[in-house]
Order: sequence, then structure tokens, then C-alpha cells
Amino acid sequence: MTAPRLVVSASPHLKAKESTPRIMWTVVLSLAPIVAAAAWFFGVSALLVITAATAGALVTERIFGPSRSLLDGSAMITGLLLGLTLPAGLPLWMAVLGGAMGIGFGKLIFGGLGQNVFNPALFGRAFLQASFPVAITTWPTPGGSFWTLKGDLFAAPFMKPALTDAITAATPLGAFKFEGKATPLADLVIGRTGGSVGETAAIVILLCGAFLAWRGLLNWRVPVAILVTVALFSGVLHLLVPKYPDPLFMLFSGGLMLGAVYMATDMVTSPVTNLGRWVFGAGVGLTTVVIRVWGGLPEGVMFAILLMNAFTPFINKATQPRVFGAERRVIA
Amino acid sequence: MLESLGFRHGVHPPEHKERTAALPIRRMPFPDEIVLPLRQHAGNPARPVVKVGDHVERGDKVAEADGFVSVPIHASAAGTVADIDWWPHIDGTSAMAVRLTVDPHAIQLPRPRVIPHWEGLTPAQVIQAVQDGGVVGLGGAAFPTHVKLSPPREFAVHTIIINGAECEPYLTSDHRTMAEMPGRVLAGVRIMMHVLGVKRAVVGIERNKPDAIAAMQAACPTDLDITILPLTVKYPQGAEKMLIEAVTGVEVPSGKLPVSVGVVVQNVGSAAAIAEIFETGLPLIERIVTVSGDGVRKPGNLIVPVGTKLIDLLDVCGGLAPDAAEVIIGGPMMGVAQANLDAPVTKGTTGVVVLTTASMRGETVYPCIHCGRCLDACPVFLNPSLLGDLARKQRYDAMAELHLADCMLCGSCSYVCPSNIPLSQQFAFSKAALRKRAGAGAPA
Repeated sequence: MTAPRLVVSASPHLKAKESTPRIMWTVVLSLAPIVAAAAWFFGVSALLVITAATAGALVTERIFGPSRSLLDGSAMITGLLLGLTLPAGLPLWMAVLGGAMGIGFGKLIFGGLGQNVFNPALFGRAFLQASFPVAITTWPTPGGSFWTLKGDLFAAPFMKPALTDAITAATPLGAFKFEGKATPLADLVIGRTGGSVGETAAIVILLCGAFLAWRGLLNWRVPVAILVTVALFSGVLHLLVPKYPDPLFMLFSGGLMLGAVYMATDMVTSPVTNLGRWVFGAGVGLTTVVIRVWGGLPEGVMFAILLMNAFTPFINKATQPRVFGAERRVIA
Repeated sequence: MLESLGFRHGVHPPEHKERTAALPIRRMPFPDEIVLPLRQHAGNPARPVVKVGDHVERGDKVAEADGFVSVPIHASAAGTVADIDWWPHIDGTSAMAVRLTVDPHAIQLPRPRVIPHWEGLTPAQVIQAVQDGGVVGLGGAAFPTHVKLSPPREFAVHTIIINGAECEPYLTSDHRTMAEMPGRVLAGVRIMMHVLGVKRAVVGIERNKPDAIAAMQAACPTDLDITILPLTVKYPQGAEKMLIEAVTGVEVPSGKLPVSVGVVVQNVGSAAAIAEIFETGLPLIERIVTVSGDGVRKPGNLIVPVGTKLIDLLDVCGGLAPDAAEVIIGGPMMGVAQANLDAPVTKGTTGVVVLTTASMRGETVYPCIHCGRCLDACPVFLNPSLLGDLARKQRYDAMAELHLADCMLCGSCSYVCPSNIPLSQQFAFSKAALRKRAGAGAPA
């Protein structure tokens, strides 16, 4: 027998099937029902906004990212998630800009995949919120013909959008905060309310999250911690001061579901330890309720998550696992 | 049957044991040449006691133990000493080795020898006989068995645990040993209980070996407190600390030896080897090796003379398949890939696994996405994600503070990493760097 050319690699020589691109593309796939719900409620406008945000993200990743990094699917997730958090009538150039900012300054400037501190999609949205506060809080009503173009999608960059289809509605949170009007729970759960295109269909988001958790691609501790904290905290507040919204309204309104299931669970920007994930989730939940109840803004999920993103390195340090056979945990 | 027991964390690689689990142990013919490295065990390498041209019979000593933590090495076939020189070793380096040209017409019978009855010996005499027999841990680490049978006085040993977990994929040598010769394994346990003065022994076997569990239970003596304990099927169940936790529920303190919690762990094969010394008088000159994997034509469990070159062993197993790509000594999780098939089987060689291109891991490495899978896999609760970051920055001291020393390089983190980061390789490298630095700093 002659010796063949042998491969010499380090152990272990076996590898579990899961790979980073496979995880990312599965998450992309899991977003399909949410995109479909967005199209159902907000028509072609929603699809245009999502496409624009995604295009901004992908093009930026392609130009400034490492070679072939588009293939890992992470830029696709950022773009889709950003698009889902935008209102249906947002001028498309803003959506493109948001995607580009999210990838460029939210992710690539930190060193690309795995290095960023803040969730890139929320970074992009925060940029848009700061830059275009009016456009991003102009909420077209759901329903109407699929082909109706809402808002002023094709406004030229830096021109004041002309509100051709000016039928807008406050989000349930806005209506409650500024007008004291409650929205029926059934509408909230199904998603037939004003709001960002992909955040309204709470039940669809929960189902997609359950799928991801079942596949092991989403750590269930984070959304559970967030939702439980929001329910408990807002429940206590509601009991003490009945004018504050009740827990069910808190849970199913605004971007909480999308944020809890898809944004806060971003592996890169949330803690790596299981204990840390509980702490992180509780922090997001508390901050969300605080902003919603006492803050100047009707919605607080985005800033809550971004704030906790900033704390993630410290949470990681403080929640190092106790090593086998060691007395205490080490603070890294 | 007792409920199944295990440890926390760990991984579930595909077992691939079906290829050889039901194949009876067979004896391979003697090869034309035997290469006996002087360094086959933990501790000092043995010192040769033969010279070129000497004739040796099967079972003769060719090298003597150098100190207490060392064992002698014996000829595994009758023949002539051809050479004492450097030779490729299965750990990837070279080692001094005694090369024997096997006598083609020898009847390969050992010299007649006096076999003492162990019950008439003092524990110290039994321990001496075990060292003289060259017995080492046959689970892979090859730590001299007699050292483990002589624990320091300050520790009171209350339990012997026999490691029959065999958690590495593909390997079935311990499985077949227990299924085919449970009496010999248990005789070895009896001798060890006598030597250590221990009342209780537990044989831990993963549940995926029901025939081995049944055979061991049937052969279990009634006059001794020996428990056959089925364990959860999980990697690395056979790691010493994991096994102790599964059996006793106690965590061995970080940086301490198992004996500090009153436990001594021995491998199934080592128990059988001790029994064999007092049964046939033969020292450890052959062992059971599993040859398996998609890349080998005729897998099996073979009795292999220690010192058989890999190429000769693979030839007996039908040779390599055309798409064979990687030859691994040991299991695929912790085993060492071989560059040179002239390297010989040593006392610690549990198996030879030949992987094909299709069954190997991919090469593309992605950035760490902090998914935390490695934290959930690590059996000693380290943070491989963070340690990997530090290793890439060469911050070895920070790694040491984070208990790098507790890492046993089981490979669970690398196995689960979706980004294919070679974590355990980086940890092995970091450990070596720390050792090197400690060695350089120490007084000469």
C-alpha cells in the first residue's frame, strides 16, 4: 500500500452542521411571514420601503465590507429588519440612507460582523429618527388598495415630502399617550393598526420567534425576560396608577414584539452568557416601560435595546460562568 | 437498572459506532517490523536495555522504567534489534525508538515465567508488578497505572471508578473488551480494590453499549461492592472530571487531582491489563485498537502488538479507501491527525479513524458572532468565546486568569462553533505558550 496524500488538521475533526451563514439565512427566511404581513396591511408601499432599506444595507456592505461578506447573510438581516421598523410612507431615499448608515456606521466601522456594539438595524433607525423626526413619525393607516402608494415614497432627497396620500393615523402608543385613546386588543394582536410596517403583526412575529427558538437560532431567554419584565412592571404601574396602560396593551403595541424577538436577540450585540441574557432582557423591558410611561416619546423599545447594547460588554464581564470545580465566578 | 447519570453541558456528535460495535475482537498477524518508542507514557521515557543485534523473545524487556513515574517497555514480538534511533511518533514529533525486525519463523511464545498469585502479595508488591508489567492508562493519556494505585498518604480513597464511557465517536475497543471479557476486567477491578484497600467500585458505561452493560452485570461478583452504572450518552462523558461528577455528584476542585475527592479513575482496558499480568504473566505488549471510519475498507476491533506501524495495521484492515483523506489516532474529537503512516501504535492508542474528504470539517472561518454555543458546550464552564478572543490577541496571562488550565482540550467548543473557529487548537497553542514562558522563567 502506498501512502496517500494525507490531510493533517487540528482536532476536533468533526463539526456540528450549524454554520454562521446557515444561521443568518434561516433568520432571513423566518422574516418572510413578517414581510408578508407588512405587505398585507400596508400594501406595495411596505414592500418598497423594505426593499429600499435592504438595498441600502447590501450595497454598503458590498462596497465597504470584506470580500464575499454579503454571502454570510448578516447584511440582509440588517436591511430587512430596518425596513420593517419604518413607516409605510417614508421617502425611499431615507430608507436607503438608513440602511447605509446602519451597515456603514453601525457595523462596518467597528470591524464588520461580530465586532459591532450596537444593533445595526436599530442604529440605522435611530439615525433616521434623529435626522427626519417628522417623516419617520408620519404613520399611514393600514388597509386600502394594495397598490396605493402611501405618503410620499418618491420624494427627492432633502425635499420636503408632499403628503399626497395624507390619510395618517397615530400609532396605538401615540394615540394613548397624546390623546388618551385605547386601541382594541384584537387589532393590536393581529396588527391592523398604524405603525411601522413590520412591527404591528404581533402574533406573526411571535410565531416566527417560536420557530427560531425551536431551531435553536434564538435564545429564548432574551424575549422571555423582556416580555415578562414589561408585563410585570407595567402591571404594577397600572395597578398603582390606573391611568397608565395595562400590561396587555404594553405587550402588543408598538415595536415591542419585533424588538424582543428579532432585535434584542441579535447574538452579536447581546450578552453571551445565559445569566447575562436574563439581565439584558430585564434591562430592555424596564427601560422600555420607563420611556413609554414617563418619557417624551410614545415608543421606547429602540432606545431601550440600544442602551442595553452599550451595557452588553459589562454584563458579559459580570456574568462569567463559574468554572467547574472553582469556588466562585471570575469577573473577567 | 439505575437511572442514567451524566454531567452538565457537553455535546452530541454523531456516534458512528455502528461500524465496529458488533464486530468481535480479532488478532492481527505479526508485522515484519515493530517500532517501540521509548516515550509511550506520561512521565520519563524508558531507558533502553538492549543493543543493536540483540535477540529478544516476545515479552522481553527492551527498555526499563526511568524513575517512579515511568514504565518499562517490552518486545511485542520475537525478533532482532535492528536499530535504536529517532522515529516518527504518533503525536506528530519524533521519539527515540527500539526497532525490531520480527523473526518470521518464531512461534511467538513468551519465555516461561513464574506468575505470582496476587492475593499473596502486599499492595506494594502488586504495585511493583504492575509497573514491571508496563501498564499505563489505556484510555489515551497513557498515565502509568501504578502511580494512580499509589495515592499520597494524605488522601483517603473511597471509590475506584472504572471508565467504560468511551464517549469518542467511532471507538469501540473498550465496548468490545467489556462485552467479550467482562471477567478479566472485573478481575482487574478486584486486584485494584485490594491494592487500594477500597470497598466500593463503580464501572461507568454509556447507555449506548447495552450488551457491554449486560455482560458486565452478569459477570459482576457478589462478594464485592461493584456497581455497573449506565451513563448518559454525551461527549465528553469519559473525561475524568465529568465521569466523577456523573458517578459521585462531586466536582473535582479546579486544579486538583481526582484523588483529592477520594476517587481513583482507571480505564477498562487498564483493568484488563492488570488482570492479564496475574493471569498469563505477560506484560502489556498488545492492546485492542478500533480501526474505523469511511476511509478504511474493512473496519474492526483488533488485538494489535504495540509498535505495529500504522501502515501495517491499515493493510490488515483492507487498506485505505480511494477517498481517504485524514488518518487520526484516537477518536475524531481529540485525536491527532497523522502525517506519516510509519508511526507506530503505542500503548495509549485507542483507535485509528480514517476520515474521507466528505466527513471532514470545512475550512471557511467566519467571525465570532457571540452566539454562546461554546459556553453551553464547555463541560468545565469556561467562556471559550472570550478565551478565543484573548488567544488571538496573544493575551495568555489573561487566559490563565480565566482558568485556561481547566480546559482539557476536549474540542466541544470547536465542534459546535458555527463560525468554524478552531478554538481548542488556539487553546492548545496558548497552553503551550504559557508552558514555554514558565519554563523560560524558571531557574535552570
